[in-house]
Amino acid sequence: MEKLDQSAVNEGNTVKILILGAGQVGSTVAESLVSEANDITVVDSDSAKLAILQERLDLRTLTGNASHPSVLEQAGIADTDMLLAVTQSDEVNMVACKLAASLYNTPTRIARIRSVDFLARPELFNKDNFCVDFSICPEQILTDYICKLIEFPEALQVLRFSQNKASLVAVRAFEGGPLVGKPLSILHDNMPHIDTRVAAIFRKNSPLIPEGSTVVEDGDEIFFIAATDNIRSVLKEMRRMDKPTRRVMIVGGGNIGRRLAKALERDYQVKLIEYNKKACEKLAAELTNTLILNGDGTDEKLMQQENVGEVDVFCALTNDDENNIMSALLAKQGGARKVIALINRSAYVDLVQGGKIDIALSPAHVTIGSLLAYVRQGDVAAVHSLRRGAAEALELIVHGDRKSSKVVGRRIDEIDLPKGATIGALVRGDDVIMGHHDMIIEAEDHVIVFVINKAMVKKVEKLFQVNIGFF
Amino acid sequence: MGRTLTVIHALGLMLVVFSIAYVMPVITALIYNDTAVVLDFLLAMVWTASFGGMMWLVTRRYKGELSIRHGYLLVVAMWTAMPAVATLPLLLVIPDLSFTDAYFETMSGLTTTGATVLTGLDVLPPAINIWRHELNWLGGMGIIVLAVAILPLLGIGGRQLFRAETPGPMKDSALTPRITETARNLWLVYVAITLACIASLKLAGMDWLDSICHAFAAMGLGGFSTHDASVGFFNSPAIEAVLMVFMLLAAMNFATHFMVLRARSLRPYRMDAEGLASVGLILISCLVIAGFLWWQGTYSSFWTGLRHASFNLVSLATDCGFASVDFNQWPIFAPLWMLFLSCITASSGSTGGGIKMIRTLVLIKQAGREFVKLLHPAAVNPMKISGHVIPNSVVFSVLGFIFLYFMSVVTLTFALLISGLDFISSFSAIIACINNAGPGLGMVGPAGNYGVLTDFQTWVCTAAMLIGRLEIFTVLILFTPQFWRR
Repeated sequence: MEKLDQSAVNEGNTVKILILGAGQVGSTVAESLVSEANDITVVDSDSAKLAILQERLDLRTLTGNASHPSVLEQAGIADTDMLLAVTQSDEVNMVACKLAASLYNTPTRIARIRSVDFLARPELFNKDNFCVDFSICPEQILTDYICKLIEFPEALQVLRFSQNKASLVAVRAFEGGPLVGKPLSILHDNMPHIDTRVAAIFRKNSPLIPEGSTVVEDGDEIFFIAATDNIRSVLKEMRRMDKPTRRVMIVGGGNIGRRLAKALERDYQVKLIEYNKKACEKLAAELTNTLILNGDGTDEKLMQQENVGEVDVFCALTNDDENNIMSALLAKQGGARKVIALINRSAYVDLVQGGKIDIALSPAHVTIGSLLAYVRQGDVAAVHSLRRGAAEALELIVHGDRKSSKVVGRRIDEIDLPKGATIGALVRGDDVIMGHHDMIIEAEDHVIVFVINKAMVKKVEKLFQVNIGFF
Repeated sequence: MGRTLTVIHALGLMLVVFSIAYVMPVITALIYNDTAVVLDFLLAMVWTASFGGMMWLVTRRYKGELSIRHGYLLVVAMWTAMPAVATLPLLLVIPDLSFTDAYFETMSGLTTTGATVLTGLDVLPPAINIWRHELNWLGGMGIIVLAVAILPLLGIGGRQLFRAETPGPMKDSALTPRITETARNLWLVYVAITLACIASLKLAGMDWLDSICHAFAAMGLGGFSTHDASVGFFNSPAIEAVLMVFMLLAAMNFATHFMVLRARSLRPYRMDAEGLASVGLILISCLVIAGFLWWQGTYSSFWTGLRHASFNLVSLATDCGFASVDFNQWPIFAPLWMLFLSCITASSGSTGGGIKMIRTLVLIKQAGREFVKLLHPAAVNPMKISGHVIPNSVVFSVLGFIFLYFMSVVTLTFALLISGLDFISSFSAIIACINNAGPGLGMVGPAGNYGVLTDFQTWVCTAAMLIGRLEIFTVLILFTPQFWRR
């Protein structure tokens, strides 16, 4: 991944960010960035949406068409450090980036692009054409995320680092599992050939710093890091493996449901329930191997008829939180093995996660990381939000030498990390190396840092920054 | 009435154009120094041209645009009037030929059926043979344009399927926006493949006359031959192989060929669900029939069985109608299976006849949909072919077409049974004629000939050829009272 020009982002100064579009993506991003002390302006054509944002958050809003130069000017694009074009329309986002680049010289331009037609022609985004530095597609990120959960049905979360070389996986320990009641060191004794590292354990929602002697209890949420190829073997030690996923049922054929069905239909038996008849017909035309059902996702008769009891993974992905919760609960009741519900309101997420619903997905937290990576200081390759935004996992690229950097050439236990931050692993070239205390960090390593409290993130980033004077 | 005269006006012009076709047999007769035949053909040419010219002149006040309704009338009129005038040289050259038999022969030629009432083909004047084969070839040309450009406009039996904006191979790129342009392009492809076929046959060992005649018959999927023993006369595996390849090409959609030539890539073939299904079905059938013949002991070696089974099967399944052996002598399963294939394997937009593979695919998928509907009542399961959704209205018109097709087969078979023909001969004759395949079984088998039929039976078969060629609806619609009501 290319990194944006940091020279415009002066250390100590707040970053000026202009967000176009106050939809779901725009407002979550705004919320996340405001908390990190940035100057935010949000533009949208719907003043009602802006009013809601303005009420809750400390930011500036402006009503108008985001692709008009006059509106952009009024929003202060002239001295903006970063443009985030995340309106509903790909075209508006692309035009806004183009305008920002050719009229105002905005240093960093990020656009949300959903249409595969555009994404298939990357040359459209270069500096001769639409000048989009980074394109993001939240629906695709979310779809990839759910795909991982379906591939590893035992996991609560699977996050990729360093082009999928290393992964961070969250699992819940259950009574009767092979690890419960035993110290963590047993992991190494059982699999001497496979290197893995437990980065954190959350017990009853509070974090523990894991040590070799920590004894795992029923209900613990364990985060471990391993090379992606080894995930399955490690999972096997953590929990009894379920039988692999074969049958998937999806409720809601919107953007996410459709993408998910398309990604899964080759390898799994997929059934998709959609309420709108017209939408059903469109889906049926696009999907080849998915059984499209016209009906209500909360209709228990339809679920029985379609054998919800035999379903391995059930995903409720409509854009209505209450419906998703209800249909996920019904599916669980009906015997579905694992149920996932998409929930936008964070209050609901905390309410249902860990109850009957196995995984409550908050789209905002899943997708925000990809944006945060661009906004953060230091060379951050990836950011993943964990535990509904409370914790974070970062992939940082180390630069400099022993003099200019506080980490290069030092053993991991010599590094002055704040308490609660741990180095889980590092990726050096193609190798994934676990973060044992005597490991020495080299320049250009990708370091995966697990931070149990988001407040420490700033400190960690600072630690990894190259001292001024190096350049 | 005015509109009907407009149809006659257009028809007159067609006949004048058609009279140009006599040039080819005239040249042939000149080459062979057959002065009497030259005069006969010139006479026929003058007659046709002046007859057409007169129709055109008399009705010139009614010149005008034709409505879709009169499109049906014109198509049927063309396919009845052209065989009628084409009988002229046959009647002039062969003195004891009745008009019934001559009309059967030319209808069989222009509908690319290939059934014949004539015997002693080997000793007929070369010009007559060229004329018969040219009719095959012209019939094929006509049917391609009819199938690709005209029937879709009329929307017959789910033919909308093949319109440029809907699925299948044509969807990729509408051929060309205009019918005349499309027609010209398809003809060019047709002519080009025909020339390739003539050259290949010459290389495989035929003389020029035979190569031209057989290439015409193969491309039109007509199946006329210059020999009583048909292709069996040559007894050459090379010739059989060449003919098989070109028959298979002719049984595919010419629009696909056109796109392959234009795009210079074989991708359109891979995208052509219809063609792939046909070729697959034919391939499997060849192996099964060859194995069956070997098991039954018809041929002592599997390979001889495979050679004869594949040539005759391809010939019948593509609705061409060449024969290399008397497959009537094979155990009944084999020839009946071949006749069954003749009903379904040809592609839309090819020169073959019958139900067409695309309609078969639609029906198979419809059956699958019914099963899904029973198991999952809430399922939304549109019909898709090559990834494109087919609207239900098309499915219904395909169902309607199939129903009329079977009713026609049954009714016409009964008509032959009433007249005293045996069941196998009646049934196979109607199947062979309505699919425009050619030889049937029993009395009209590859060793026999339609000459044994009575006049009544000959007319029934002639009607079957016409109905089958024009996709049933086009002909039958003229017999509905609504058609003539204003």
